[in-house]
Amino acid sequence: MVAELGHFALILALAVALVQGTLPLVGAARGDDRLMALGRTAALTQAALVIVSFAALTQAYVTSDFSVANVVANSHSAKPLLYKISGVWGNHEGSMLLWALILAVFGAAVALFGANLPDTLRARVLAIQALIGVGFLAFLLFTSNPFERVFPAPADGNGLNPLLQDPGLAFHPPLLYLGYVGFSVTYAFAVAALLEGRVDAAWARWVRPWTLAAWCFLTLGIALGSWWAYYILGWGGFWFWDPVENASLMPWLAGTALLHSAIVVEKRDALKSWTVLLAILAFSLSLLGTFLVRSGVLTSVHAFAQDPARGLYILGFLIFVTGGGLALYAWRAPKLASQGLFQPVSREGALILNNLLLCTLAATVLLGTLYPLFLDLLTGAKVSVGPPFFNATFVPVCAPLFAALCVGPFLGWKRAELWPALMRLRLAFIVAVAAAIVALTLIDSRSMLAALAFGFGVWLIVGSLAQLADRVRTRTLRNLPRATLGMIVSHAALGVVVLGSVATSSWNVELMQVMKPGDRISFAGYAVQLDRMDEVQGPNYIAERATLSVSVGGKPYTVLQPERRLFTVQRRQVAETAIQTNFLRDLYATLGEGDPKQGWVIRLYLNPLAPWIWLGAALCALGGFISLSDRRLRVGAPQRTRRPLAQPAE
Amino acid sequence: MTPKRRRLWLLIGSLSVLGVAAALVLTALNDNLVFFYSPTQLAEKTIAPDRRFRLGGLVEQGSVKKEGQIVRFTVTDTNKTVKVVYSGILPDLFREGQGVIAEGSLGADGVFAAREILAKHDENYMPPEVAKALKDSGQWKERK
Repeated sequence: MVAELGHFALILALAVALVQGTLPLVGAARGDDRLMALGRTAALTQAALVIVSFAALTQAYVTSDFSVANVVANSHSAKPLLYKISGVWGNHEGSMLLWALILAVFGAAVALFGANLPDTLRARVLAIQALIGVGFLAFLLFTSNPFERVFPAPADGNGLNPLLQDPGLAFHPPLLYLGYVGFSVTYAFAVAALLEGRVDAAWARWVRPWTLAAWCFLTLGIALGSWWAYYILGWGGFWFWDPVENASLMPWLAGTALLHSAIVVEKRDALKSWTVLLAILAFSLSLLGTFLVRSGVLTSVHAFAQDPARGLYILGFLIFVTGGGLALYAWRAPKLASQGLFQPVSREGALILNNLLLCTLAATVLLGTLYPLFLDLLTGAKVSVGPPFFNATFVPVCAPLFAALCVGPFLGWKRAELWPALMRLRLAFIVAVAAAIVALTLIDSRSMLAALAFGFGVWLIVGSLAQLADRVRTRTLRNLPRATLGMIVSHAALGVVVLGSVATSSWNVELMQVMKPGDRISFAGYAVQLDRMDEVQGPNYIAERATLSVSVGGKPYTVLQPERRLFTVQRRQVAETAIQTNFLRDLYATLGEGDPKQGWVIRLYLNPLAPWIWLGAALCALGGFISLSDRRLRVGAPQRTRRPLAQPAE
Repeated sequence: MTPKRRRLWLLIGSLSVLGVAAALVLTALNDNLVFFYSPTQLAEKTIAPDRRFRLGGLVEQGSVKKEGQIVRFTVTDTNKTVKVVYSGILPDLFREGQGVIAEGSLGADGVFAAREILAKHDENYMPPEVAKALKDSGQWKERK
């Protein structure tokens, strides 16, 4: 009964979205206030209906209603409650419903918080948002209905994929989707602006909070996914340049570029059409990511068995959204003449360089990800493009990006001198070079590149602090605009991520050993002893657990307990790593297969600065949230001026 | 500076960045493309001992032998077979009779030394390359 209610609510939501996607557009074209006002009501109604639908599916999962096919396929009555709930989006149908839910809620948020938008712009944004919603709701209803029943209902379900039964992965998809879908709002704003034929500082200010929020969530989502891969896949790595990971990185890169170019539109009334183009591309890349993950066209270590027909639908939708957006752009963008003039050496110039490099990075990732697909289509050869490709192409382009990153904020708008900016960074430069030399001499004299990258990480942190010091010279920290503070935090956080990833990937120590209880080995200055092996009974698994006692200089230091869990319902084994961290390094142990006669395979890693990767990413998102709380975004946006702003204040 | 000159500068800047990126991409693709071969394809080719590639097929029934951390097994597409040696912890879904992709290179003795065995999230998942290799050798049975 509840499932039917959910299904019915979804059908109604599609009907409402169809109305919301058409009538307000007509209203905006004709100047009909009543039709335009419809958009707001429809957006709220649609969101309410999708919430009902999502709640119905969640209810089916929580109560283990095994008459619903989706619940049977992905849940089990013995599963802990958290994973019953996360199971809702731990499968294709449910995750698409989650996507539709977030889309509708974002639409409602625009309707609620968009009171200060001009009527026509708001009507158009809501209509575009609804048209995207139509695409996803129809996709759900016609190809992936989560409410399908089975008769007779089986006694119990098949359980959720054990790898997904993990707190990190429970929240990874919602965060990632908040990011992906958040760019739909930016896309809707861009398309609406093209329809209006007008982009100005006010538009940029309206778009900024949405882009910023989407970017923050995407950052957190990627970080959580990488953290999950780090501790559950048991390879000690944190980023594998896998197509599915790349799928989330591309919209992040485009979104980061967009975040920066929108500043130029807001402050200087320049780069307008470029910003609109980026907004279209960022959302297109989000959809491309969904397509790649959902269709299974690419071989990925993260690949899930998928249905190609569904992939085809998403591909069609992707072509419609991207193609439609770009066609409209080609037609209307020439109207968006930019006003602000500037010299190459200026804040604008630095932001253009930022955009150029970020887009190059995104293009590189796109090429590396899709190349196997193209080659397969053209020649039938099966290839894969792995980490060596990305290390050879992605990393070199990062160098100028990082080098320029600290300099840009020191440059003034319109025209600036490079030398004074560099002089203010001389201390940061000296510290960074010193750090690189220390890394080369004390840590590892073989890897010149690692030392260089380490120096860049320090440069980012110290350079950002120099920026902070410079800003508080003229005004107190309290009076510093939140947007500036957020920028400094995010830029420094990037340095923290760089340090963490360089140290972990270049200077980690790794040891694999077959051990029997009582065996003792020395590893990177620690003495590790396998005390015993135990059988452990979990809620829905039985596990083999190794107890490794670690001591330093004869004194007990810590105990690591890696496990191998056998999930009884699926008959599948999953390794559970044991990690001990002191925030400067991770001691990381995984347990392989074995038996009492031969011993067990134990793999140990010492990953220096590994926690900094995720700490830095969280800090990066925090910077975004600080910027989001900036006063100028909360206090009403400026009224549109008839003439372009003559002298926008910084 | 006139808008025209500014645009020229921008164009020169963008083109040089893109040029460098394109050069990097092309050299990287040349060196780092990892090809996928089935045992049958491998038998028809001569591959330099150090060239890294991916081998895919099914883990032959009864072929898995473990000596401590060293694992030996045979990959088959039911037409030809290749012996594989791997040192490390096998992914959780590694099973006899299941699809597998191993990345590594051929040793001088003709045994494929795997550096990485790819893990999958889903036991029903068949890597597309393996499915195609099996189809080509006429051994593919449609599920469902």
